[in-house]
Amino acid sequence: MSEVLSFPGHAPLKARTGRSALPLSVRQLTFRTEGIDILRGVNLSLESNDLTVLMGPNGAGKSVFLRLIHGLLQPSSGDIRWDGAPLSKAVRRSQALVFQKPVLLRRSVRANLSFALGLRGFVNRSARLEQALADSGLADLADRPARVLSGGEQQRLALARALILDPKVLFLDEPTANLDPASVLMIEDVIGRVRASGVKIILVTHDAHQARRLGEEVVFLHKGRVSEHSPADLFFNQPQSAEAEAYLNGKILV
Amino acid sequence: MQDFAHSFVLAGNLILQADAALVEIVGLSLQVTATALVVSAAIGLPLGAILAIARFPGRMVLVVLSNALMGLPPVVVGLTVYMLLSNAGPLGVLGLLYTPTAMVIAQSILITPIIIALTRQVIADLHQDYSDTFRSMVVPGHTAVAALLWDARYSLMTVLLAGFGRAIAEVGAVMIVGGNINHVTRVMTTAIALETSKGELALALALGIVLLLIAFAVNGSVALLRGAERSLVRV
Ligand SMILES: Nc1ncnc2c1ncn2[C@@H]1O[C@H](COP(=O)(O)OP(=O)(O)OP(=O)(O)O)[C@@H](O)[C@H]1O
Ligand SMILES: [Mg+2]
Repeated sequence: MSEVLSFPGHAPLKARTGRSALPLSVRQLTFRTEGIDILRGVNLSLESNDLTVLMGPNGAGKSVFLRLIHGLLQPSSGDIRWDGAPLSKAVRRSQALVFQKPVLLRRSVRANLSFALGLRGFVNRSARLEQALADSGLADLADRPARVLSGGEQQRLALARALILDPKVLFLDEPTANLDPASVLMIEDVIGRVRASGVKIILVTHDAHQARRLGEEVVFLHKGRVSEHSPADLFFNQPQSAEAEAYLNGKILV
Repeated sequence: MQDFAHSFVLAGNLILQADAALVEIVGLSLQVTATALVVSAAIGLPLGAILAIARFPGRMVLVVLSNALMGLPPVVVGLTVYMLLSNAGPLGVLGLLYTPTAMVIAQSILITPIIIALTRQVIADLHQDYSDTFRSMVVPGHTAVAALLWDARYSLMTVLLAGFGRAIAEVGAVMIVGGNINHVTRVMTTAIALETSKGELALALALGIVLLLIAFAVNGSVALLRGAERSLVRV
C-alpha cells in the first residue's frame, strides 16, 4: 500500500478491471431489528475489483449492509460469503471499514496509526507510519490529540488508519460527507490510488458527482432490497429501475 | 472553650514543627494506604476492565457482587480479616495480626470492590464507543483491555483517588486488625480515636487537620484531573 500511496501527483490512473481478491456473494440476506425489516432479501454478487458505489436514500440500510458484510452485525437470515468462505476474523482482518462517524482513539494522531499498525505483523513499522502521515497530509498534526482534529482531519485520519492495515477490501461509509472541496479532492485522490492498486472498494455516498467520478458500478438499495446493480455509465445515464431514476432526480426520500 | 482554643494552638504548633510522633503516624498511614491502593489497583483495574468488556456466564453476578461490596462495612471487613489472621485462624501461622500488613489487607479488601465497580463503569462507557472499531480492526482481547485502560487513564486516576480517600479515612477495620499499637500500627484515624478518648485533643486535632488536608488534596486532584481530561481529550 505504501508504494501506491506515495505515487505522486494527480496523474490519471487507469484502473484495470480484474477479479476481486475476495469476491462477495450475498444470498437472501435479511436483517430485522425491533420488529422492523431493514433488509428484506438482498441478493448481490461482487466479483470484480471495480469500485462499487452503494447508493440509496437515507435509512435504506446502506450502513447496516456494510456492517453485515463486514461481520459486525449478525444477519437475521441469509448467507454471506467472501471467496466462498463464511465471515470470520480472518476475513475481517483482510478488510477495513471507515465508519460514517469514525471513532478515533483518545490519543495522538500518530498513536492512532501506530495502534493499528501494531495489530498486524508488519515489518518496518516506523517507515510505514511516517509514510501514512505524509500521504494523509497529517504530518504536521501528528502529535495532536486525535479528538481535537477538525471533522475533515478526523475523516482523513480514519481513512489513513484503515489503509495502514493494508486491506484487500475497503468499505467507505460516506467518507467525504461534510468536507470542504479541497478535502474531498484529497480523499478522492487517495481512493483513486487505492483502487488502482487493486483493492476492492465499496463506497457509500449520496454525492452523485462523486459517484460518477469514482464509481465503476452502482448498487442501488431501496426499501431493504437491491433494486438496481448496473455499470456506473448505465446507472447515471439510463437508470434501469424507477426507484433509482426517482432518487437521482431528487424525487424520493424513503 | 478556653481548652479547645488552647488545643488548636497546640495542634498548630505540632504541625508547624513537624512533631516526630505526628510525622510517624502520618507517614505510616500514607504508607499503608498507598500499599493497599497498589494492591487494589493491580487487582481491580484489570478485573473491572474484563467485567466491562468480556461476556461470560456469571458475569452479571460478579457485577452485582462488586457493586454490593462497594458498601462493605469496615468493621465487618476488620472482623473477617481478624478471624483469618488470628492464631486460631487459617492464616494464623503467618503471624500477620497487629502488623501494618494486616491493615494493608483490610484496606485492600475494603477498596478493591470500589475500584472494580468504578473501573467497570468507566471502561464500559469507553468500550461502548470503541467496540465496533475494535471489532472491525480485529483487536485481540488483551490488547483491547490495555488500550481501554490507557485511554481512560484520567478517569481511572479519579477512581484510584476515590479508593485512596476511602481507605485513608477508614477507622474500624484498621483498629481491629492493627490494634493501634504505638510505633507499629498507629495510623491517623486510630490515633485520633485514641487521643480523643484520652482527652488529648492537641494531637487528635493536628491529625484531624492533616487528614482534612489530605482529603482536600485528593479531591482537588480529582477536580484537576477532570479538567485536564476535558481540555486534553474531549472534543
Ligand atoms: N442497531 C439498530 N437498531 C435498530 N435500528 C437500526 C439499527 N441500525 C440501524 N437501524 C435502522 O435501520 C435503518 C437503516 O439504517 P442505516 O444506517 O443502514 O441507513 P443508511 O442507508 O446508512 O442511511 P444514511 O444514508 O442516512 O446513512 C434505519 O431506519 C435505522 O434507524
Ligand atoms: Mg449510513
